[in-house]
Amino acid sequence: MVKINGESLDIAGKTLEEYLKMTEYDSARIAIERNGEIVPKSQYGETTLAEGDCVEVVSFVGGG
Amino acid sequence: MIPTEEEMRDALRKRHGEKLQEKFSSAAVAVCGLGGLGSNIAISLARAGIGRLILIDFDRVDVANLNRQQYKASQVGRYKTEALAENLKEIAPYVRLETRTARVTEENARELLGGAQVVCEAFDDARHKAMLASAVLETMPEKYLVAASGMAGLGSANLIKTRKVMSRFYLCGDGVSDAAEGGGLFSSRVTLCAAHQAHAVLRILAAQ
Repeated sequence: MVKINGESLDIAGKTLEEYLKMTEYDSARIAIERNGEIVPKSQYGETTLAEGDCVEVVSFVGGG
Repeated sequence: MIPTEEEMRDALRKRHGEKLQEKFSSAAVAVCGLGGLGSNIAISLARAGIGRLILIDFDRVDVANLNRQQYKASQVGRYKTEALAENLKEIAPYVRLETRTARVTEENARELLGGAQVVCEAFDDARHKAMLASAVLETMPEKYLVAASGMAGLGSANLIKTRKVMSRFYLCGDGVSDAAEGGGLFSSRVTLCAAHQAHAVLRILAAQ
């Protein structure tokens, strides 16, 4: 299982890009942290989620 | 008569303690975006005696900004960098200010943020927020980032929080209240979020 924003998902083996395609996230408005490290946007396609990974997708909303 | 630099420094030392004030006065903090968040963050940091503030915004003061941003009606039409510098100098005349009237992009971020230990993301647009977060977190591992997301509307003030997302990345706001959804932006709630950001900066510097 992979924990994403606190939710356990059965998606080990998929890349971050594949995961994002299954969601409503707009990749231009997010930053992704995986096991305490930022994942560069250019590496979403090459980052394969592993069993036990802990991921947070920070999705920004407007206003300031 | 305004107080002398020595008088102001002594007053801050007495309030904050010598050791802490030394950390604040030797710090450099960048504020990216000088709207409702950034103008308020800058005022809190200047009052705390942060030594050097880097103020970045490309825009001019608009009449529609006056509901929440720390400008005066007489400053409409001026560059925000210049207007805010003027206001900060009235509050804290000896703070070192560097104004950069520019739009922050992936390409120029490193240069614009040069020298800052902590970067405050205080933009309005969600894409710009994410762009700056990525730029700082991916390419400037020596800096801390204090960003904001979700402070629009009249939702409860108590939902505004500061959260440590990862080492060197703090996020303030309720995470969901989007200004684009038409809830409006109110001085009270935006200022609250700005206060969370400024406070996070002080806590980061205090822990150094």
